Order: sequence, then C-alpha cells, then structure tokens
Amino acid sequence: MRFIDYYEQKKSADEPPAGRFIVEALENFSADQQSESEIQQVRKSVLLENISEPAILIGMGTCGLANGANKVMEAIEKELEKHQISAKLIPVGCVGYCAKEVIVDIKRPGELRISYAQVKVTDVPALIESTLVKNEIYHEKLLGVYYPDGALMDENLPDINSIPFFRNQQKVVLANCGVIDPENIDAYLARGGYQALHKALITQSPDNVIQEVIDAGLRGRGGGGFPAGKKWHFARNTKADQKYLICNADEGDPGAFMDRAVLEGDPHRVVEGMIIAAYAIGASEGYVYCRAEYPLAIKRLEKTIAQAKEYGLLGEKIMGSDFSFNLKIKKGAGAFVCGEETALIHSIEGKRGMPRPRPPFPAVSGLFGKPTIINNVETLANIPALINNGAQWYTGIGTDNSKGTKIFALSGKIVNTGLVEVPMGVTLRKIIFDIGGGIPDGKKFKAVQIGGPSGGALPESVIDTPVDYESLKSVGAIMGSGGLVVMDESTCMVDLAKYFMTFIQSESCGKCIPCREGTKRLLEILERLTHSYKSERNPEEALLRFQGMMYLERLADVIKNTSLCGLGQTAANPVISTLRYFRAEYEAHLYDRKCPSGHCRELLTYFIDTSKCTGCTLCAIKCPENAIIGEKKGPHYIIDERCVRCDQCRVNCNYDAIYVR
Amino acid sequence: MNISINNKNVWAGPGETILQVANREGIKIPTLCYLKEFSPTGSCRICVVENEQNGQLVPSCAFPIYEGMQVQTNSPKVRRSRKTIIELLIANHPQDCLVCVRNGNCTLQDLAAEYGVREHRYRGERRKGKLDLASPSIERDPEKCILCGRCVRMCHEIQNVGAIDFMNRGFNSQVAPALDRSLNTVACVNCGQCIVVCPVGALREKSSQKPIWEAINDPEKIVVAQIAPAVRVALGEEFGMEPGTIVTGKIVAALRRLGIEVVFDTNFGADLTIIEEASELLRRIQLGGELPMITSCSPGWVKYLEHFYPDLIGHLSSCKSPHEMEGALVKSYYAKKIGVDPNRLFVVSIMPCTAKKFEAQRPELGSDQPDVDAVVTTRELARMLRTAGVDFSRLPDEPFDDPMGESTGAGTIFGVAGGVMEAAIRTARYYLTGHDMDFIEFTPIRGLDGVKAAEVNLNGNILRVAAINGLKNMERFLEDIREKKSAFHFIEVMACPGGCINGGGQPLPYDPEKVRKRAEAIYHLDRTMPKRASHHNEAIQKLYEEFIGEPGGKTAHQILHTHYIEREAF
Repeated sequence: MRFIDYYEQKKSADEPPAGRFIVEALENFSADQQSESEIQQVRKSVLLENISEPAILIGMGTCGLANGANKVMEAIEKELEKHQISAKLIPVGCVGYCAKEVIVDIKRPGELRISYAQVKVTDVPALIESTLVKNEIYHEKLLGVYYPDGALMDENLPDINSIPFFRNQQKVVLANCGVIDPENIDAYLARGGYQALHKALITQSPDNVIQEVIDAGLRGRGGGGFPAGKKWHFARNTKADQKYLICNADEGDPGAFMDRAVLEGDPHRVVEGMIIAAYAIGASEGYVYCRAEYPLAIKRLEKTIAQAKEYGLLGEKIMGSDFSFNLKIKKGAGAFVCGEETALIHSIEGKRGMPRPRPPFPAVSGLFGKPTIINNVETLANIPALINNGAQWYTGIGTDNSKGTKIFALSGKIVNTGLVEVPMGVTLRKIIFDIGGGIPDGKKFKAVQIGGPSGGALPESVIDTPVDYESLKSVGAIMGSGGLVVMDESTCMVDLAKYFMTFIQSESCGKCIPCREGTKRLLEILERLTHSYKSERNPEEALLRFQGMMYLERLADVIKNTSLCGLGQTAANPVISTLRYFRAEYEAHLYDRKCPSGHCRELLTYFIDTSKCTGCTLCAIKCPENAIIGEKKGPHYIIDERCVRCDQCRVNCNYDAIYVR
Repeated sequence: MNISINNKNVWAGPGETILQVANREGIKIPTLCYLKEFSPTGSCRICVVENEQNGQLVPSCAFPIYEGMQVQTNSPKVRRSRKTIIELLIANHPQDCLVCVRNGNCTLQDLAAEYGVREHRYRGERRKGKLDLASPSIERDPEKCILCGRCVRMCHEIQNVGAIDFMNRGFNSQVAPALDRSLNTVACVNCGQCIVVCPVGALREKSSQKPIWEAINDPEKIVVAQIAPAVRVALGEEFGMEPGTIVTGKIVAALRRLGIEVVFDTNFGADLTIIEEASELLRRIQLGGELPMITSCSPGWVKYLEHFYPDLIGHLSSCKSPHEMEGALVKSYYAKKIGVDPNRLFVVSIMPCTAKKFEAQRPELGSDQPDVDAVVTTRELARMLRTAGVDFSRLPDEPFDDPMGESTGAGTIFGVAGGVMEAAIRTARYYLTGHDMDFIEFTPIRGLDGVKAAEVNLNGNILRVAAINGLKNMERFLEDIREKKSAFHFIEVMACPGGCINGGGQPLPYDPEKVRKRAEAIYHLDRTMPKRASHHNEAIQKLYEEFIGEPGGKTAHQILHTHYIEREAF
C-alpha cells in the first residue's frame, strides 16, 4: 500500500490535499493513536522495517551502472529464480563509495541491512546462496552493516558508518543517497521528506523563509559562493507579474559529479528545495536545467515531478495553500558555458548559450526578462534540512563564513574514488588521506585540483588549508562546485594546465575576445613548452617558446581581468596556480627541455641500461623507426635522433633494461 | 548623480553608462562591439575602464553608473588590457591591410595605431574561413571578422532577417549563414546594413567597377549613368567634406571626367515612379484591389517580402524601382530618340544601396538585356574617382543631360525614409482634387523614426498611410495584413533604418549623426527646387505624350512595371 492509497481511504470531504494530509499524518503519527497503526504500517514497510520477504538494494547510480550493476541485477534475478526465492529488488542511487561499486545491500525480514561491495556477476551465485539460502553472512564481499540507532553491535560485523570513508563524513544532503529508493516518493516521505515544505508553506511567510536562509548563512554551492538568502531577497523585492526559479544542473567541470549523484539518488530533496525557494521568491514557474548527458538523472526527475504532482506537492494550490508552482525540465545540449547563469537563461529562451553582461542581474531581469533565481542543485538540496532544523542548527556546522556541509567528488589518483560530504572547514588533507585513503600504488601526493577548470592546483604545502570559500581563495583555488582531482608524482603540471586550457579553449562561447582568443594563445604557449627541438620546424619557434613564457602571466592576467563571464574570468586560474606553486617545473620544460614527471613525451630521452640488457633484440624488432642498434646477445643502444618516443621498446622489454629520463 | 572620471567630478543622469558620460565629457573610450541604438552586449571588452573602488575592470558600454562611482579610463591596467585585446585580435587576423577594402577606414587599424602596437606579441594558429563571394551584393571574408557581433545584431534585431549568426564554439567561433552556406543561398535580403556596421573588412559590397571601366573603354558602348537621390548628399564625405554637403553638380562633372557619355538623374525615375504609383494606388482604391498597397522602391524590402511573406506579394506595387524604370527607358525611349541600337547602351546606376546590385540581375527586370547593366555604390564611385585621379572638391558644378535630367523636389526626397510617401501624397492629392496642396510639405511622416503613420484627407476621403523603415518594424504590419486586420491604404517601406541616406552602400564608418545631416540636406534640396511635385515635371509630361501614353497603360506596363517571385525562407 502507498501513502496515497491510505489517503484515498481516509479522506473525507474537508480533508486537505494528499501531500499535506500525509505529511501531517506522518508528523503526528505517534500522537494520533487512531491512525497510528495503519500509517505506521505503511511507513515501516517503505522503510523496510517491516517486510515479509527479503529486500535487495542495488546501487544503480551512474557509477554502479558503469561497474555493471545492470548485469549484477540480472544475475541476482536468475539466482533468485533458481532457488525459488521471492525477494524485492530495489535500485538505489549512489551511496558515495564509487570505488566499491557495485554495492548490493541485502535485508531479510527482521534482520539487519547488510552491505556488500564490489559485487561482480561471478560473485552473485555465492552471495545469494550464503545470504538467502544458508542465512549466513557472505564475508568475502562484506562492506558493513546498517545498525539502527542504539542497536547492539556485533564485533564481527562492522558498522558501515565506522568505515574511515564514512566515519569522517557528515551527511545532510546525501543522507538518503544510496539508502532509499529514489523513484519512490513514499520512501522520501517516510524519512521526513516534504516536512520542510509543510513547515514553510503553512507556518512561515516567504520573508520568514528568506530570513531563515540568510540567518543560516547558506552560500551558493555552484562555485561563486554568493549568499543564497540575499539573492532570494533581491528577487522577492523586484516587482513583476511573473518570476522564475531555475535549478542549475548543468554540471560540467571535469571530475565533478556531485549534482548527478544527488539527482539520481534523492531527486525529491532537490524538488522540495525548489518548491520552498519558489515560495520564498514568489515564482510560479520553475525549470531544472539538466545536461542531456545525465539521462538517468533526467528520467528520475521526470518520475519525481510526476509523483509530486500526484501527491499535490507540485501544481496548483500546493498543500491547500495559495501557492502554485509548476516545474519543467530543460535539457542542456552539453555546452560548458551554459552553467553560467546568463548563458543558461539564453539557452532556455531558445537562443545560443552566450553570457551577457551583468548588471542587470537575473534576480532583477532574467528569464524572458523576468526576475529569476538560479541556484545550483546542491544549494537547493540544502534547503529542506535547513528549514526543518532551523538556521541555528545549520550555523552549528561549518566555519564562521562558510556554513553547512559541502559535497566533494574525489577522483584521479586516489584510493577511494567517490562522493563525500563533509562539514565546511575540514582540511584537504583529511578529505584526501583520511576519507579518500590517500594515493594508490605507494606513490607520492603531488597536487589536488580543486574547483575544476576554474580552480587551482594546490600542492602538499597548502593541503592543510580548511575547505571554506575564503581560505581556498587565499591559496589560489576556489571552492567551485566540488570536484577534487588528486594527482600523484607522475602528473606533469604543465600538462595539467595544458589539459584545462584545451578544455576551456574549446568550451569558450566565443563571445568576448580575451576568452576566445586569449585562451587559445595560452594553450599554444603551453604546447610549445612541451615540444622538443625536433618538432620545431623553424628557428623562430624556439624564440616563440621564450617569448610565450615571458608573456604568459601578462596574458593570463588580462584574461582574468577583462573577460565577460565567470568562465573567462577564471579560465587562466589553472595556469596562474601551477605557475605559483610549480614554477620550477615550467622552467625545466623551458630551459632544459625536460619534463621532471616524465610525462611530456617529446621531452623524454630513452636509454638502455647496458648492465641489464641481454641482447635479446626484441626492442630493436619492435622499434618502428629502427632507432635501436646492437649485436645479438650484446648490449643495445638507442639513437636519440631517430627515437620517436613511442614507448614500444620499454613496454616490450622483458628485463626492465630500458629507462626514461 | 555625481561620479568621478579620471579624478574629475562630473554630473551624470541615472541609468547612464560610463561610456555615455565619458563621451559627453570629451573623454574618448575605444569601442568595437558597441552600437548606439542597441542594447550593449559587452563582448569586445575594449572599452573597459577601471573602477577605482575595487580595482576591477568593467565594460564602460554596459556598466550603469552609481552615485559616488570613481573610474579611471586611462590607468596602466586599462591601457595594458586594451592593448592586449588589440594584440589578440591582430594575432588572429590576416593582416593584409594593404590589399583590404577598408585600408585607412578600419577600426582595428585605428586602434592598433592609437595603442602603439609595434610587435606581434602573440603568434599562433589563425582561424580559417571560406571566402564567400557568391552573392551579387555582399562579400564575406570570415578571416577578417573580429566577431564583434554588430552585423548579427543588425540582421536580427533591426532587419528581422537572421541570415547570419554565430556558429561553432571557442576559437572556432565564426559569423556565418546557417550551415556555413553562401549568403546567396540563404534568405539574405542584400540590404548591406551588416557592411554599414562592420568595423573591419569582413563584410563588403561586391565590386562592379570592372565592367564599368570596360564599358567606358569600349568605343562601341555608350555609357549612361544615373545618380540616386541619396548619393548626392553623401559622396562628399568620401572626399573630406562635411556630412550633408550637397554635391550634385560635382558628381555630374566627375562622371563625365571618368569618360561616361551621358549623365541622367534617378530623381527623374523617382518622379515617374510617383506618377505610376499614385495612379496605381487610386486605381486599387477605386476598383477594389489589394490594400494596403506597399511601395516597391527598396529592393531589400522586396526580397524580404518574397522570402518571408510570399503570400502577400500581391500587396506590393507593381512599379519597378526608379532606377530600373529609368534604365528601361534609356534602352527604349532614349535609344529610339537618339537612334542608337539599345545593345550599345550601357546603363550604370550609382546607388547608396547593395541590394540594387541583386535587383539589377533579376531576369524579370529587362527584356533581352537587363534594364540596368551595372550598379555601383557611393563608396565604389569614390574609389573609381580616386583611381582616375579626379580632384573631386575642385570640380565645377555641371547640369544633367536631357531628357532624363529634369526632376522635382518630390523625386529628391525619395532618398530619405518617408519621402516616397510624401511625394506620392503630393501627386495623389492633385489627381483627386485637381490642385496642389496648400502646404506642399507633409511633415507627419518625416523624421528618422522607424514607424510613422498618418491620415490624409483627400477630397473628403481619408487615406491612412504609414512609412516604415528598418524591416523589423514592418513585422506587425505584415501580420495584420495577413490576418486581414490592416486599416492602412498605403505603406512605404524602406529596408534600411532612415532610408537610402543610410543605405548599405553609403560612406563608412557608420555614425547616426551623419545620417541625420544627410536627411537635412535632402529636405534642403527639396525646399530649394523650383518644382516640388512629380506631376509638374515637364520632361515626364513630354515622355507620356511622346511614348508611354496613359499612366498604368499598356506601354507603361511593358516598360515600367514588374512582377515578384515567391521565395523560401531558407
């Protein structure tokens, strides 16, 4: 039975609409003895506390699917059929521990929910047999156990929240991700969903809501960190016949997937945040601008909107109040610049996604010329918990100027790739080493790129910086949307800057000159640094290398100071920050034509360690340029002028005799 | 509001931009993408100034001032930024100034000189682009384009055509017709307003100088030139004269110096157009033809209607445009009169317009040979005169040749928006009442506003008229006509904002103030003409007696009227 079915049974003529009725019933179920039994029953079954058959929850966010969650699910279905077991399969979002996907949770009636990690198709027969046939724990893949509050713990069965990856996190926005069925509004309601909406709509005025958000000090999570409540205040105070609320889900930074995980794992939280925000500013229409590369997020959002409408939580006269709000999804075509708010507005209007100068700010004149508030997914997903628990609770988390939690996406050279939510103010070191598990393969940490292409690369010397907006800015990075790309000693920082310039240069909208032309020239300067003598066609090239280096900072400065939008103004940050912390590496490229990290291929020289070479001739056979000479069973040599750095000799050598410098 | 610019306190009105205030105070701030009548796009960043309070650079064209604001327009940071921007543009520019049509008249060239660019600080790849030479009116050189977007805004916001737009991203961005096709295969109306606003040489007219030189040098050919009304108030600018200087006689003399045998006045054709058009209007009203009737003098407008409202071409007057009428008469009436084979006559129209180049090539305008053989713009004529070493400012004033040299003030005001309508009213009034207006000037439809409407009392009949310039302004009128809701009888449309005085072939660079002065000069000419209504043109009266017979009659239809073609919007 669903909550709405319960409502249909119970409702009488003067009953409030479904959503309000259910939320109130859930809020009061302990006080309201009469209805307790029934709504409690539904609630417990939704929360899997009261089930008659086993429930199997499979992590089917994009990370899970990429690791083969679909095939694992098929295999589980097959096994269940084989053993004639009836069980409920529930796809859930990402719990954050992407490195451990596919994660399968199994809960048998009356027992604890047990989480298994890195489940492959080949594990499924044994997993199902031990857990559901033999009623045992499948220790080989055990991740942890979800203990209810105050439950007695079994020494042999670790609490999932005691694992280092989870222990240091504080989940506010991600509380439901990977835990509940994201496509079931009842699951969200049963865990307190839409209570914040009820509180705001029924008991607070829009000005109260805005004041609460201002008091809480919530700052935009999309990158800029502008106080959300203040922004809402501007829109509220602008008189207009129509206002819009837009959720910016055009997450495009390389290595960032926070918004996707929230939309896939707990879309109702975002929608609830949007409805509250719309109520606060007085918007009757809203858009979720979501990139089309997130098909699963879009599919789940569509379902979420349909369910919210069915429960009367979207549409006309929400919860019986005078407030109406309709929500549409607009798919972005994959332009990075459309994450910039004025470009995003143009895109929704059906125009080419190009930014325009501000002021006027969208809060005054935005979509179709009407006051418009654009908030990032994570910002809006913060709203329900903020309203539910109040500003005072919210300000208890984080630092003086940066309140609440922040989600980071860990990727790159890090053991625990995944999604983490931490209170503002923890250090980068804690995130990377305690939660992220450090660098794999025994290599040394070199830098962490924070804030995507607009951010900066921070070295070991500053990773004790607390993550808050101001501290990160002072060391030359930005909070950004929350991508953390970790790099080890084998990463070349010139190459890193080159990578980001390539990205920005092709994603610039082409409107303003410094960004369009300047980033191209920056990229060319960096490319020249990584060239060897051999690839230089004329003597002038060598001059251009030095000239480029001379003007690199000047150009980066002008791009930063004069570009039209945030994309251009931050475009040079990867260059500026790597120059600040890794200048020696640039100089090695420039003066010595050497890449200290051994990454820039053209600057490498291949050698054969004659003491190790057995003269097997394999390298000479594999060399496409006949650059290796030597007698059979005698030591071989590489003629550098012929070598094209294809790496074939080194890869094929059976004696580790070939090295690179 | 009080603000400070370069440490000087100045007064400023609320809502003004820094650029507006600075210009008023005599402080020059360079601009590239800025266009006076448009909302700023802030895309070129060349106009940045430093906000002293926070050290930030803000675009002066787009940034609204606030009380107590302090800006520096010439700080080291500003100079360095502007210079870098110019250097970046140069790095991606062909730098073939010596062979560029805008050599000496190019904003980028001027900026490079003003900011003392002395080296190629940034060098690298240049954007590749296809030269587009296929249109009979407009040539595009995408490699010279600096992507300021002025042409795009003009084409979309003012002309409502949208033949060009931005395509691709980042360094590969370019301005082009859809799918990078050629201008002549898309719904470009050839108005040339893109050229007018282009600060560099990325857009230019298709040159027609070569066939004219050939005809001049061909002893078999008799070259007959005619000059449009708007050319005589603009050509002087090309030779350093004040905007609005009237140089009619000098042009006639100059053309003779080039070796052109006969010089006629397109104003004669304009007077003739009025006779035919006024007759057609009265006939439509009396016999219940399609109303409103819309003028057909502006070839950009005609093509616009053919592309976007092909169902409404019945509303267009069937009259050829003035220079086409005149060309057709040269090859019939005049050829017969001087006893020369029409094939030996080569008609050159000197026009303020690029769309006339396309118009002259329409197969329906001509019989076995075109009515007009070549069209050159005001700018091209200036180039020809310079090539020929004609010292324009010292030329004497010479009169036009007969019989197509006589004209009235009515023909003259064809050069400015609203002029065709005013000229037609002068004659229609005479036709209906048998006498001229007491005040020959009809001022409600004067001025450079895009939309002007009025009612005229013609012998008790109310004639509702409108004069529109800038094609976007015509959109709602066309929608009304389509829905049969239009109350108008007669509408004049000029594709270019302000009419022919601001045509796509007029001297560059664009400046609205120059356009205003050209308009004043046109009205001054009208006031000083001995005859001010087309029906008083004696040469035309004679033409009807000797050759055409009745306005709108059989001969008139053969020679002076045309038909239109339904085209597709893409």
